[in-house]
Amino acid sequence: MFEKSIKELAEGLRQGEFSSQELTKAYLDRIDQYNGNLNAYITVAHEQALADARAADEKIAAGPANIWTGIPFAHKDIFCTEGLLTSCGSKMLSNFVPPYDATVATNFKQAGAVCLGKANMDEFAMGGSNENSFYGPAINPWSTDTSLVPGGSSGGSAVAVAARLAPAATGTDTGGSIRQPAAFCGLTGLKPTYGRVSRYGMVAFASSLDQGGPMARSAEDAAAMLQVMAGYDAKDSTSVKQAVPNYSMHLNQDLKGLRIGLPVEYFNKHLNAAMQKVLEDAIKLFEARGAVCKEISLPHTELAVPAYYVIAPAEASANLSRFDGVRYGYRCDDPQDLMDMYMRSRSEGFGTEVKRRIMVGAYALSAGYYDAYYRKAQQVRRLIKNDFMTAFETVDVILGPTTPSPAFGLGEKGDDPVQMYLEDIYTISANLAGLPALSAPAGTIDGLPVGMQLIGNYFDEARLLAIAHQFQAETNWHTQAPKTELTGL
Amino acid sequence: MSISPEDIQKIAKLSHLQLEKDKTEKLGQDINNILSFVDQLQAADTSNIEPMAHPMDAEQILRADIVSEHDQREKLAKNAPAIEDGLFLVPRVIE
Repeated sequence: MFEKSIKELAEGLRQGEFSSQELTKAYLDRIDQYNGNLNAYITVAHEQALADARAADEKIAAGPANIWTGIPFAHKDIFCTEGLLTSCGSKMLSNFVPPYDATVATNFKQAGAVCLGKANMDEFAMGGSNENSFYGPAINPWSTDTSLVPGGSSGGSAVAVAARLAPAATGTDTGGSIRQPAAFCGLTGLKPTYGRVSRYGMVAFASSLDQGGPMARSAEDAAAMLQVMAGYDAKDSTSVKQAVPNYSMHLNQDLKGLRIGLPVEYFNKHLNAAMQKVLEDAIKLFEARGAVCKEISLPHTELAVPAYYVIAPAEASANLSRFDGVRYGYRCDDPQDLMDMYMRSRSEGFGTEVKRRIMVGAYALSAGYYDAYYRKAQQVRRLIKNDFMTAFETVDVILGPTTPSPAFGLGEKGDDPVQMYLEDIYTISANLAGLPALSAPAGTIDGLPVGMQLIGNYFDEARLLAIAHQFQAETNWHTQAPKTELTGL
Repeated sequence: MSISPEDIQKIAKLSHLQLEKDKTEKLGQDINNILSFVDQLQAADTSNIEPMAHPMDAEQILRADIVSEHDQREKLAKNAPAIEDGLFLVPRVIE
């Protein structure tokens, strides 16, 4: 039951093989048994999930229903869910029960899906290891002797899906937060084009970069998820009015003649040899299917991480100014006066990395420095986008690694923020340019999963999913489960 | 560009954050490391390059000025740290 695809689960429900209540109960039981090891969930919605499953069973019995009706899944704890704690991994929101649903949450509800709970994450989505969660880190289910990070910031979502504590989960990606944990945990994760998925009700980190997307065990499942998540939303003024294709229908589109770009800036002396081998094997497979590979250049690649670490903190410092202890969220004890309340509520409510980024952002936006930092970074951002536009004149898709290496150990990166930031070197460019990018399992290094990344042109999600799907039809990296003590699989 | 401990205090104040004394030095180092890392940007030739705010250069869309939200006062009040008669309570500001 835990290895079935979304489509197979939907068929099982319709054929009466199992009910949504049985399916949901089975997942809740696994969560009860293994979440203690893995810390994938911050909140488990036992009662609501079973009630939703009961309603789904009635709906299925009554006649034709959406493919998602009765299918359990998990939400990253950044999506507002009415009546269900939405902490964003922070002490600041550890008491926040939203009075409304995010559009993405509404979409899944309308489709009849069953939300199992809210997944762990780095505080306010700032981090690449899940170590910045107020609720403690989620643990990579592939860990054996030592505990490994699942990646971040959507670490809990990745752990939940990889450890079979949910068939699929939502994530968000500002600089790699879907793709990097997907790579570390052996999943397929997609960051859609900026504006493809509504940000309404998704706690804001860096508004011009944030984008929600699917995390699943296969490209086929990711396609089914994106179908629910994507679409124009009048409540998000940056969402884009563009028709949503039927992603599942495009999964088998022919790869013959597909032009794949290989950036010299990714395939250079810095690339781990084992990672290079993994990618070369994938390239061979695509060439055998009639794809044509070509060397390309993205000359401003090195500037992506520095530009990101100006833009993201600047936007974060503005977005997080709303947390003042007045209307919702954490308030310090015994405030002496208004300023004392603001200062102590924020200082006690935010963790170290969040405070660091707020301050870097405030500095970059402060009088006298705006041009040197924020404006400069926004200009470099356009140079990075222009690199991609030039590349897409001669190729359809760009292939490279998702991460420099497989999952690292808990605490291994120490507390040097710049070292941690460099982990995002391959993923950040797609956020700056607003392009869709997918990570799919492409092999293992020392027994740990690693991902290949496919970056597409604007609104080309269907093509990315099709390429990954056909890769998965001929390989079994994506079906490997973490058979460790942590998961009992 | 390196920033001084006084600058760190100033940014903290701008950010409405209070720094713990024993952590100020480390935080200053971290912020300086981050700033010297992002200084690589200064080497890029960006003459005649327009800053980019939205990937599709989309502009803000305005909606019609009509009431679209109903009153949710009670619902919203549930998350307030302190509330009385439907008003948010804060420490006294006027003596």
